[in-house]
This record gives sequence, structure tokens and C-alpha cells, in this order.
Amino acid sequence: MQELASSHTISVLVDNEPGILARVVGLFSGRGYNIESLTVAQTDAKENLSRITIVTSGTPMVIEQIKAQLDRLVPVHRVRDLTVEGPHIERELALVKVKSTGEKRVEALRLADVFRAKVIDAKTDSFVFEVTGNSDKVQTFVGLMETLGLVDVGRTGIVAMSRGAEQL
Amino acid sequence: MKPEESATTGADLLVKALIDEEVEVVFGYPGGAVLPIYDSIFKQNRLRHILVRHEQAAVHAAEGYARSTGKVGVVLVTSGPGATNAVTGLTDALMDSIPIVCLTGQVPTHLIGNDAFQEADTTGITRPCTKHNYLVKAVGDLARTVHEAFYVARSGRPGPVVIDLPKDVLMNKHDYVAPKKPVQHKSYRPQTKPDPKKIEQAVEMIAHAKRPIFYAGGGIINSGPKASKLLTQFVRMTGYPVTNTLMGLGAFPASDKQFLGMLGMHGTYEANLAMHGCDVMINIGARFDDRITGNLGKFSPGSKKIHVDIDPSSINKNVRVDLPIVGDATLVLEEMIKVWKAKQPKTDQKALKAWWAEIETWRARNCLAYKSEKGTIKPQYALERLYHHIKDKDHYITTEVGQHQMWAAQFLKFEQPNRWMTSGGLGTMGYGFPAAMGVQIAHPDALVIDVAGEASILMNIQELSTVAQYRLPVKIFILNNQYMGMVRQWQELLHGSRYSESYMESLPDFVKLAEAFGAKGLRCHEPEKLDDTIKEMIALKHPVVVDVIVDQKENCFPMIPSGAAHNDMLLGPDDKAQKPVSEEGMVLV
Repeated sequence: MQELASSHTISVLVDNEPGILARVVGLFSGRGYNIESLTVAQTDAKENLSRITIVTSGTPMVIEQIKAQLDRLVPVHRVRDLTVEGPHIERELALVKVKSTGEKRVEALRLADVFRAKVIDAKTDSFVFEVTGNSDKVQTFVGLMETLGLVDVGRTGIVAMSRGAEQL
Repeated sequence: MKPEESATTGADLLVKALIDEEVEVVFGYPGGAVLPIYDSIFKQNRLRHILVRHEQAAVHAAEGYARSTGKVGVVLVTSGPGATNAVTGLTDALMDSIPIVCLTGQVPTHLIGNDAFQEADTTGITRPCTKHNYLVKAVGDLARTVHEAFYVARSGRPGPVVIDLPKDVLMNKHDYVAPKKPVQHKSYRPQTKPDPKKIEQAVEMIAHAKRPIFYAGGGIINSGPKASKLLTQFVRMTGYPVTNTLMGLGAFPASDKQFLGMLGMHGTYEANLAMHGCDVMINIGARFDDRITGNLGKFSPGSKKIHVDIDPSSINKNVRVDLPIVGDATLVLEEMIKVWKAKQPKTDQKALKAWWAEIETWRARNCLAYKSEKGTIKPQYALERLYHHIKDKDHYITTEVGQHQMWAAQFLKFEQPNRWMTSGGLGTMGYGFPAAMGVQIAHPDALVIDVAGEASILMNIQELSTVAQYRLPVKIFILNNQYMGMVRQWQELLHGSRYSESYMESLPDFVKLAEAFGAKGLRCHEPEKLDDTIKEMIALKHPVVVDVIVDQKENCFPMIPSGAAHNDMLLGPDDKAQKPVSEEGMVLV
């Protein structure tokens, strides 16, 4: 029986120390796992911890293996698979630069309004929009801008959190 | 007293920390970046330093030391090439779960990243080949880091740990920090105690088995000699058959009737068929390596599998198991025995009798038999004779990698753990000789033999200089067939006997070579003189190189060809024509 690959969002709490990101990324490349999205930043200054959110895909056996491999890294405190451990929310932020004038410029602004994207920079011939949401929404917005003078996109990758009161 | 007065240099702190970690021996090689450490070593006499002739050998020697004592092996090398030369040894230790702390020198912190002389990104290079590594950037962190490194190296699933030490850190001063006991790491806390519910379930499964087999690996050895005793006790209580992996040899006494020998690619017919046909498999401290399982899709298709491992990532990695148990082998076996004794389960004697009868028919095939030829030393015969002469002596065996290694695993019998040192996971040619040096350092009066091939031994032959310097009476027993035997065997099997580059031309005269290094050299061509040669080797209190000229064309059987299943073994040279290797199998190594 061939098991099907599916996408999982994994949160990893780690010591914020030099080399930790290389350790995690090296684990994925060395063992041939996918990284679809990766975000990392310090989240606890007092304890000096960082939170890494990884979106990866694989068969259930591979996902189980990824989690076990992450968990045995010495500076890793906790590994949680948000996809299997109950409902969670995911958000991504993108900065989208559009260069256009006339009708196209007006249309870009109108669509930005529909997507609740904020204008954070404006020149007479360009806008930079800030849009947040799940990846689908961000992707759709970027797609729409393509015909309206899209010149640059920067995306953060996914950050995620479980619903409810529970701590990671 | 002001702190400055009590403060010591980083190098002195390091030596003090090593002594506090009960380190007795360091295997190393000096260089610019570690000069302060060598100066500190010079000024004391608690810590013994063994000067090797190549950094790779330092790591293998530390591995031999660690594997034969259960202690952490310690290595000290310089920056740049010192560290990169150690990489093979570190990878070897990672694959075989050997506890090593490797101290590497580094250029001073202000030069890191400048492509300074003998600079290498050691933590970057060693990240994937260590269990963990550290770059110490301030002398204040040094002692604590060393203590943590020893804890990480020896606890949980053991492995190599690198501490990279910039030269200015070694020369700056700070107060010493003693190790804290017991260690409580903030994030690294391996689970050693098993879940009691799972122990109950396991005992239940084991008790109801009709065709059971114990499959025990290196995890038993790593857990300590007590684990071997408990395994032996439990296996005897149940009356079930048991097989060991290459790394697990010695975990169960080889002379016991319940022992089926080693399993896997060159394992015995009875062990592999029992694995294939069992209904309950009890894996303790083994990892379903591809050399064990053969074709995964056809691996032991009808069995329920219990897997005991201290490393959760080893479970369900290659083979899906029915009952995973995370824990230390000693604690798991203790609990299993306790529950077994409490429940006094009635095992199915009728089924077990039939199972043993089946196993005995496999055993009767005598799969390790070989054809003798007059006037030629068969490598198997050489090892049989070797075993005959050493079995009553306090002995340790190491090997290089190749045919001789598999024959040694098949023909030498191991009654106790920690007596067998071999490179299993990485398959490092050149491992055995330096490992034997490490064993001899730990056990000065024991008989330590490196079973070698003439190709492998040349990979670390420079260490003859080390054994001469320290008068280590290591014996090198070369099975010389003038081929890279295992390469030649695969070329015969898979590539139409086109022996591309596997013939060793211009081999040295090993007797003269030994003498050049101040060791003793012996050579033997004739089977009739083999016993005398072995006796002479054992009697000599020097390092000895024995060049045994063996049959050039002998192949190692039985064999599960790559891509085949356990019940699809080649038993001897006449078997191969009928079973061509599949294309799928050709891809595998």
C-alpha cells in the first residue's frame, strides 16, 4: 500500500543560539525532506528561545520521522505537529510592489481594498501593498497583481499557532 | 581572594574539566591552534596523551577505547586539517553510536571568517556528522561546555560531540566551574525509562508467540554489560532463539544453543530464515539497517514486531513496527523480566518445538561450510585456527572493512560484550588498526588482534609508528588475497567479473614494512604452518604484523544479494547462476 504525502505545519521551540537554523535546515536537506515554508525569529527574550515554523510534506511515516529527528537535536525544546494536534491558524504576510499608471493603478488599489491590503508606500507610478492572510489569499492577491504591473514580492512564509488557550 | 588570582587559562581549565570527567587518556596530534592545551598537558601527569600519526586514527583509537570500556573516548586535534582529518572518524562514531568528545583547535575568535591559516568552519563541517557540536566563544563558557559535551556524548543514544576551541579562548583566564551532578540539561533529556503499559503488552505478545525470535543489536552493548546479562537471562527464560547484528555480537554468548549467529547480508541461513518466518520479532537495540533487512517489501512479512530503542527516530524509520518501546535496553529488559516472572506465562510448547525443529533443519544446512583446497589457506580456515588459539585467552578483536570483516563476524565467536570492535554503519576501511591501539591502551595486558585485509590495513598503516612508540603489542592479522575482496566479489556477481581497479598491484612486503617500523613481521603461505605462525604471533610481546597469504578467489557466503529477501540467499558459489541480481538490486550498495 502506497501511503499518500500530505502537508504538515510543524512548530519547533529552540534555543536561540548560533547555528541552530543551520542544524534544522541541514537535517532537512541531508535526509531529503521537503521544506515548503520556513519562518524563524526569537520569541522569548528572557529564556532566549526562538520559534521555528516549518511547513513540510511527506507520507505519515516520513512526517513521523521528521518530528523524531527534530526532537533529538540537542537545542530543541519542543516539537509540535499543528496539523495533527487539533485546529490551528496560519498566517502569512507579503509585501507586493506594483508599478502602473492610469486604469491599472486604480484597479490595483481597488483590489487591494477588497483584500484588505494596506498601502505602505506610494509614488506617482507605484505602490507597495502589505497583505496578510492564509497562503491562498496571499497567493491570489499576488496573482491578480501580475496583470497590473507587479514588480516585486516578498513573503514571510507561514507562522502558525494552535487555537485555544494551550501553550506550545 | 580576588577572582583574577584564582583564575586559570582556558587550556588549564580544559585539562581540569577533562580530569573531572574522569578522562584518563586523550588521543591526539598537536598543531598551532592547540599549543596552549599541549602546554597544559605537559605540566601535569593525570592525563595521558597518546600521539597518533594521523587525526583519523585518533578518532578510531578513541572509538576502540570507548567501545571496549564503555567510557567516553577523547580526541584532541588542531584546527583546519586536524579537524577535517577527524571527520571520517566522527562520522564512523555517529553511525555506530560511539561516545566521543573531540576537541578541535580553532583560529582566534577575531580571525574567524577571515580565511586565516589553518582555518576551517569546523562546526559547519561537523554538524551533520556529530550528535552535537559547540564553538566556545568565551572562556567563561568553556568548563560548562565541556561538562555538557560529556553528558551529551554518553547519555541517550551515544555519539560524537565536537568542541571547537579558538586559541584566544584557550589563553584567556577565568574561574573554573565544576560539573553539576546529576546533570539537568535544559532541552536534551533522553527517555530511558520505558512505559510500563508497553512492557506489559510486550510480555503478552512474547508469551503468545509461536515462532518468536529475538533480534538484538549494538544498543545492548551501548547500554552496558548488564544489558547483555539481562538479555541472556530473558532469552534463556523464554527458550526462544536469538540472533545478533554485526554491532551486537557478544550481546548474547555465541556458544549458547539458542544463538543462531549473526543475521543480515552475510548472516547465517538459520538466522535469516528465522527472521523471515517468525511470527513475533523482538528487536532490542537494533535499527533495521538495510544490511539487515534486505528487500524491505519482503522483510519478515508475517510477523508482529516489537522494537526497543533509546532513540525514537530509529523507530518506524525503515520498518513499521507494531509495538514501539522507547527506553534504555537495561531498564526495558529489567522490567520485562520482572513482568515475565510475575505472570509466569505458559508459552506454547508444541508450537515452539515445531519452530525449533524447523530452525534445526536450516542449521543443518551448515551454511558457513567451505571447500578446503590442498596447499591453499582458505581465509575461513585461517580464522577458525585463530579462534582456536585465542579462545581461552583474554582477547579483543577489531576489524577493518570487507570480506575479512564478514568472515571474522562469522567464524570468531563472542561470548561477552565489548570484545568486538568493527565499523558497522559507515564501513570505514582503516578503522581496525587504530581501534586496536585504543583497545590495547585500555587493556594493556589483553591480546588485541586486528583482523585485516591487505587493502584496508594500508589506509592507516602509519600507526605502526604509534604502536612502536608506546610498545603496544597489537597484532595485525592480514588475510592477504591481493584483492579488495568485497569489491571483487560484487564485480563478479554484478559486473560480469570485470575486476575494475580491485586488484592490489605493488603491495608492500608486509614483513619488511613491519620491521621498518620496529614491529615484528611474520608470513604464512602453507596451511600446515598456520598454527605455528599464530602461536608465534601470540607469544610475541611486540606489535606483530602477520601476512597470511590466502585463496585469492574465495567469496563470502552465505549472501543475500542486494534487493533480495531473507529467504533468497546465496549459499555458495554454485548458487549464483540460478539467481541473477535484479536491476533494482544493482542500484543498491
